[in-house]
Amino acid sequence: MYKAKVLIRRRASILDPQGKAVEKGALLLGLNNISNTRIDKYIEFTVDTDEEIAAKEEVTTYCKKLLANPIMEDFEFNLEKI
Amino acid sequence: MGIKFGVVVFPGSNCDHDAYYSLKKVLGYDVSFLWHKNTSLQNCDVIILPGGFSYGDYLRTGSIARFSPIMNSVIEFANSGGYLIGICNGFQILLEAGLLPGVMLKNKSLQFVCKDVYLSTENYNTIFTKEIPDKEVLKVPVAHGEGNYFADEDTLKDLVKNNRIVFKYTSGSGKVDEENNPNGSVMNIAGIINEKGNVLGMMPHPERSCNSVLGKTDGALIFKSLANSILN
Repeated sequence: MYKAKVLIRRRASILDPQGKAVEKGALLLGLNNISNTRIDKYIEFTVDTDEEIAAKEEVTTYCKKLLANPIMEDFEFNLEKI
Repeated sequence: MGIKFGVVVFPGSNCDHDAYYSLKKVLGYDVSFLWHKNTSLQNCDVIILPGGFSYGDYLRTGSIARFSPIMNSVIEFANSGGYLIGICNGFQILLEAGLLPGVMLKNKSLQFVCKDVYLSTENYNTIFTKEIPDKEVLKVPVAHGEGNYFADEDTLKDLVKNNRIVFKYTSGSGKVDEENNPNGSVMNIAGIINEKGNVLGMMPHPERSCNSVLGKTDGALIFKSLANSILN
């Protein structure tokens, strides 16, 4: 069995209004050196196989077809045997 | 034989009854609800993917609904020339399903926008727009938090070249500018069609603009154009 940890990031050219809104909060907090706040997605789950190649394939399909939208997001993941 | 519309009901759809009511009670068409777990389209001539918050809008808008069992039938239906309209969340589902190009981002204003907007018709030569009077702006409401249409440059070029941009956000006098763009959509895009011209996606809600009691009826022109084109 593997534990998958997936990071999904919106491309730099894509507006991140959530990051912008949160950054306004940073200014209200008196933090004046914060910029370029980006809020992305971290997703973890288990993959019920002992075959690393099969696990990689399944996670890649999951990422490509559902977890990430390749038009605006990039993904990366790592697998940890558990 | 009349036209039969099918309105798909996903968990979280909330404009399904608006669409049903307008099409059946106001415009007089035959309409059926189509539960998302079924795969039969019940011989409908037109399928509507309604607005709402399917699957709670989790992950990305429309991303999970796209895998509902009925979507296989809907995709097959569209690919074989069946008429399909995605409204608001339905448009987002069409984008996620790859039936239309591009993505929806959060509104540029960071706010949920719920108001009447004006639309210019950019292509009168579609099955959805034939009966819209030339040069008349349509008054139709929007209600969304993620309607900021975005596509890469090549896609936009293709949309322009092939007249696939059907509606743009405008002022009441038809002026297309940033001031009259409710969500930041690239080129003020409010609605597009696929290459074959049988699939329409639009963020504004024509089904909420069919009944004179609500003060606007321009949305009905879209459904009437489609129904009359099919009948003729």
